[in-house]
Amino acid sequence: MNPNPFKKCDGCGVILMATLFVHGVCPECEHHHSIGHKAWLDLLLDEGSFAAWDDKLTPTDPLNFVDDVAYPARLASAQKKTGLLDAIVSGRGNIEGRAVVYTASAFEFMGGSMGSVVGEVITRAFEHAVTHSLPIVLLSASGGARMQEGILSLMQMAKTVAARERLRDAKLPFISVLRHATFGGVAASFALQGDIHLAEPKALIGFAGPRVIEQTIGQTLPEGFQRSEFLVEHGMVDRIVHRHRLKGEIATILRLLGR
Amino acid sequence: MAQAFLLPFEEPLVRLRDRIDELSAVGTPASELAILEAHLEALTGEIYARLSAWEKVQLCRHPLRPTTLDYIGSLIEMFVELCGDRNFADDKAIVTGIGSFRGQSVAIAGHRKGRSAKENAERNFGMPRPEGYRKAKRLFELADLFSLPIVTFIDTAGAHPGLDAEERGQSEAIGSCIAALARVTVPVVSLVVGEGGSGGALALGVGNRVLLQRFATYSVITPEGCASILWRTSARAPDAADRLKVTSQDLFSLGAIDNIVDEPARGAHVDPESAIRSVGDAIAASLDSLRHLSPDALREHRYARFRAIGRFAGGAPSCDR
Repeated sequence: MNPNPFKKCDGCGVILMATLFVHGVCPECEHHHSIGHKAWLDLLLDEGSFAAWDDKLTPTDPLNFVDDVAYPARLASAQKKTGLLDAIVSGRGNIEGRAVVYTASAFEFMGGSMGSVVGEVITRAFEHAVTHSLPIVLLSASGGARMQEGILSLMQMAKTVAARERLRDAKLPFISVLRHATFGGVAASFALQGDIHLAEPKALIGFAGPRVIEQTIGQTLPEGFQRSEFLVEHGMVDRIVHRHRLKGEIATILRLLGR
Repeated sequence: MAQAFLLPFEEPLVRLRDRIDELSAVGTPASELAILEAHLEALTGEIYARLSAWEKVQLCRHPLRPTTLDYIGSLIEMFVELCGDRNFADDKAIVTGIGSFRGQSVAIAGHRKGRSAKENAERNFGMPRPEGYRKAKRLFELADLFSLPIVTFIDTAGAHPGLDAEERGQSEAIGSCIAALARVTVPVVSLVVGEGGSGGALALGVGNRVLLQRFATYSVITPEGCASILWRTSARAPDAADRLKVTSQDLFSLGAIDNIVDEPARGAHVDPESAIRSVGDAIAASLDSLRHLSPDALREHRYARFRAIGRFAGGAPSCDR
């Protein structure tokens, strides 16, 4: 099957050859579309430099969770769709020749949600960074904690944050890249605990989802609420970085921090 | 005595209790009263042994259930409340302070739900804003500086979901509060004394010992929130409560909590004094069990405790190249 050679921009609606959307960015309006875990790796890491870590960790079904579909069936379909065992990619790689721990959420796997596997892989990523004395570049995009693993998902927040603190003690940099969308238990744990926070343009980032907030306060939310620009304005994010300049910017920061 | 608020499953028991009291007042022979008392006890045992997860959620939210301030009032002497995050405001949804617990100085932080409409307005139903978590963080750092053990009382539906909370960095505030508690080198005992609602609860829950009362609950998301996502209606919250495994027994078998604190047969609100005494004894036992650990070992112990939580397969480390 040939993929559709054309793509319509979600931002401005223009229809162009799909190949013109370099790394998912619209050439007309610069809208940043979501791209998959492989595309992210290609975007940020030097070619052939990536070696995966902890990629055999497999989710289980500790709660026997069933809603309309059983959790194991949801996992199986996400695994088939993404080629991943869970919503995370982690390993060692180079950014412009500088060795880093590279860890990235896969939003396409159950909304990037954090259960036992994601929490464990991120915890290990911080621990590996300390062991190998490497900086960590962590890309988040997640709806939050994964409901289907209940309390175990919630506890991953404490586990990952505690591991992040070990990195701080080791004086190793943590560059947190906030992608569309980062919410709930991921936003409220490690994602906003970086030494430096970079965000993609117009990414939605927050604690509570806009729908929940609207229900609580009983009014519609202002335009641009919880977008990256809103977070910069309120002092939560250092910089918004265009996807095409992200790799260079991270390399510059690493260089300035002496890594 | 008439109880001001009754859950459906409490009604038959309260009716029978009232009936026994009436009969006693008109001089019914003790032997007959004893039969009724035995019946009441059996019925109580039967109903409470069979409570669904959703009924336990209702019980842990019971408006008459003892709150953080009740525990502080009865268990802490010389309590000195400390207010404000030194940055923006004082959030009354979290109470923090120092005091003496059975002769030992401690630092205390806890969520506080209100009892009246007025108090709930003031305390935002126990749902903290960022300044609440920053106040708690300040307390944890103070406790660490002066080597005071930390006791936390958890009872919240969750952190406040609101425009102002987002503007002031709710996510960062919760994450920083968790980090502060993970770092301290003093003993930390965390007790869920009501509703443990998601990240807003966990921010006070990074203890060396995490305890939960028998009818308290702890959940990654409220049953209502979970039902809204899964079935697009909060009316299915009872199903969600069941699926999420939020009860003390479930949480204990999943390894999320260390111990279940005994609670009166019909819940803490029926006999607050006894509930508070049990909580006090559990705090004392927990602090005692941590006494032998050095400051660094206490932090390490907390790390290892949370490090071990999670279930997965294929877990052998694979970082060596």
